[in-house]
Amino acid sequence: MTTMVAAQGLIKSFGRTRALDGLNLNVEAGQVHGFLGPNGAGKSTTIRVLLGLLRADGGSVSLLGGDPWKDATELHRRIAYVPGDVTLWPQLTGGEVIDLLGRLGSGLDPDRRKALLERYELDPTKKARTYSKGNRQKVALVAAFASKAEVLILDEPTSGLDPLMEEVFRQCVAEVAAEGRTVLLSSHILSEVEALCEQVTIIRSGRTVESGALSSLRHLGRTTVVAEVDAVPDGLGALPGVHDVTVEGNTVRFQADNGKLSDAVGRLAAAGLRSLSSTAPTLEELFLRYYSTAQDRPESKQAVRS
Amino acid sequence: MNYVGTWPLVRLALRRDRISLPLWVLILGGIPSALAGSLTKLYPTVQSRIDYASGLESNPATAALYGHAFSPDTIGGLTAMRIGAIGATLTGLMNILLIIRHTRAEEQAGRRELLGAGAVGRQAPLAAAFVIAVIADLLIALVCTLGLKARDQDPTGALALGLGLALCGLVFAAIAAVVAQLTTSSRSANGISIALLGGFFILRGLGDASGDGGAHWLSWISPIGWGQQLRPFATERWWVLLVMLAAAVVLALVAWTLSARRDMGAGLLADRPGSATGERMGTFALAWRLQRGSLLGWTFGFAVVGVVIGSAAKDVGKVVNGSAKVQEALEKMGGRTALVDAFLAAMIALLGLAAAAYAVSSALRLRAEENDHRIEPLLAGSVTRGGWMAGHLAFAFIGAAVPLAAAGLTMGLVHGARVGDVGGQAGRILGAALVQLPAVWVLAGIAVALFGLAPRLVAVSWAGVGLALLFGQFGSALDLSQGVRDISPFTHLPRLPGGEFQALPVTVLVVIAIVLAAAGLVGFRRRDVS
Repeated sequence: MTTMVAAQGLIKSFGRTRALDGLNLNVEAGQVHGFLGPNGAGKSTTIRVLLGLLRADGGSVSLLGGDPWKDATELHRRIAYVPGDVTLWPQLTGGEVIDLLGRLGSGLDPDRRKALLERYELDPTKKARTYSKGNRQKVALVAAFASKAEVLILDEPTSGLDPLMEEVFRQCVAEVAAEGRTVLLSSHILSEVEALCEQVTIIRSGRTVESGALSSLRHLGRTTVVAEVDAVPDGLGALPGVHDVTVEGNTVRFQADNGKLSDAVGRLAAAGLRSLSSTAPTLEELFLRYYSTAQDRPESKQAVRS
Repeated sequence: MNYVGTWPLVRLALRRDRISLPLWVLILGGIPSALAGSLTKLYPTVQSRIDYASGLESNPATAALYGHAFSPDTIGGLTAMRIGAIGATLTGLMNILLIIRHTRAEEQAGRRELLGAGAVGRQAPLAAAFVIAVIADLLIALVCTLGLKARDQDPTGALALGLGLALCGLVFAAIAAVVAQLTTSSRSANGISIALLGGFFILRGLGDASGDGGAHWLSWISPIGWGQQLRPFATERWWVLLVMLAAAVVLALVAWTLSARRDMGAGLLADRPGSATGERMGTFALAWRLQRGSLLGWTFGFAVVGVVIGSAAKDVGKVVNGSAKVQEALEKMGGRTALVDAFLAAMIALLGLAAAAYAVSSALRLRAEENDHRIEPLLAGSVTRGGWMAGHLAFAFIGAAVPLAAAGLTMGLVHGARVGDVGGQAGRILGAALVQLPAVWVLAGIAVALFGLAPRLVAVSWAGVGLALLFGQFGSALDLSQGVRDISPFTHLPRLPGGEFQALPVTVLVVIAIVLAAAGLVGFRRRDVS
């Protein structure tokens, strides 16, 4: 597999603030890669380094095998970019902007451009100054999805879209992925990432805290178990890998680390198990866990868990 | 309820302008006393003052710039003459920039919407902008009065001069408030208002330069002329202040009415649908779309100014049918032809400064595009940084030649037709106008260099234009040494028409401009995009 984006130990400072502090990011060809992190974690800074808008202070970075700072223009013929906050030239129409961005990028497929305008219900004859935030975003999305780019870099691309358009967006990403093209999707909307991405990288304070296939990340999370028993067994909370045990009448609720379920379930079975349900961790739980555990602040830890 | 929230907005605006506004007030209010100080040294006797004033009045070039001295025997009267028109113009400029910045610019940026959702009445932003303008203008009057009083000048005259400046400023604040209702972009609102300011400056100049029996009334239709008609330090005509106040109130009422009727964010001119495709859209075409309005507007304005100046030039030599002594002085200066040439050269020098303002604002488009993040999708495409800059710089550098050529050509054609030498005059006046370009390029080059090397300081490039104006207009009266005046690139230009063309300074200026622009290009290629 070819690596489309490779960043190792990326460092970028703005004055005294260190925006990127040894960040790693690897996106293989054909992946739809989710890029997650709280506000200010450095997602947009990373993307701006990848686009050659910022020069990294340290570490190595490559895009499509090239140096994003030195080979910017050649590389940009092969990518498409959608910023989170799209600002357009107020005096140009949406159609003119789409064609401009297409010409400066990897070129547009005219049929696809036409189809996308219809799917996104965008009027290309209107001046950009009359567009709402969502419509400005659609302009950038149409230009990106109608392009022939090998890599699409999308920085929180759906923040202004309504749920119907969000659905169109998901279809578009799925189509692009089906063609074997690569997508780097920075997002806050975890359900979106869960639905679209097979690989994710989670960053916090300019550092990568987790990276890998979503399915394998799930194993890192805790399974939530709810059981109804005849008599509540003692010492459940003392078992290794079992957390947050609560008892309410005959109902026991706890969380267990991956691979630590058998002991606890064995005790429950011995105590006369009436019903049992277990839930795999959602991305949201993973997400909250990574941010809170790495936060180094006990009060926020508790706030998240309770 | 329309005015709820005015005071919080006033405080917000004062906080935002806490550096620029005091600077404007101190400089505009302080120039009169600085001038009075140096004039006292330069012209200690009554006779020397009268000679100086009549020299300025008899030369149409200086008469157009300064107008008449109504009390030439006093230092106050000389100061009022020297400061009058240009001081009033700069005060008008301050007011225009202030009003547009706090009304249309806020609305265009969407910040007005954020505030409008709070307890802020529909007329509150306009009212707040006016309050700031009144405060600033009255402070200018105060600083001017106290400064001149400290130089032992008649306080009544000083007050008249200060109030004349202040009320002229208010008239332009009201003009800008009306213009702000018409357009949706703050850039065009600034452009239109400043064009009106320039137009009024020229009308007044022609009125004051026209000979006996000429179009003196032109001075009276220009608000810039009113402050002089107040005649500070002579027998003050206080009623002129009422005329100015009435004009400001009427215009402000027009702005208020328009503002009450329109939607937020909208201008009075509606948007039409445009092209659904952009087949020919590239970086240069984009720069053209962004800059063409401004370039065409400036070119049209310059052409009109050229016609006006060209049609007046022949008569300026007639100025003084007066004393034989002055007539003699005129002969010494080279006679009628030389006088007309000096007038044209002075006007062309002013146009050169205006062209520098165009070139700097055009070059600063670079920073505006970067600040608004519109540069990102372009640089994320296959545009090189140099290529992107080149598109806009073509307008700043080559574009600056277009309005200058338009003014030179119309001036030459009209003047040539009047003196019966179209071919000859058109060529030499067009050439004289284009000779301004190297100095214009240096100022634009400073803007480009700052953009590439110190992008947060790009606004400093306006200081270059301001200093060139200050040195050019007040250099001799402020008794600045040649070394200081040499800082302005315009000082080094040959005075054309009439003077002799010198290739060396022109070449040196061109080289400096190229070096500055190249430094900016290299700097931008190396720095982060913000």
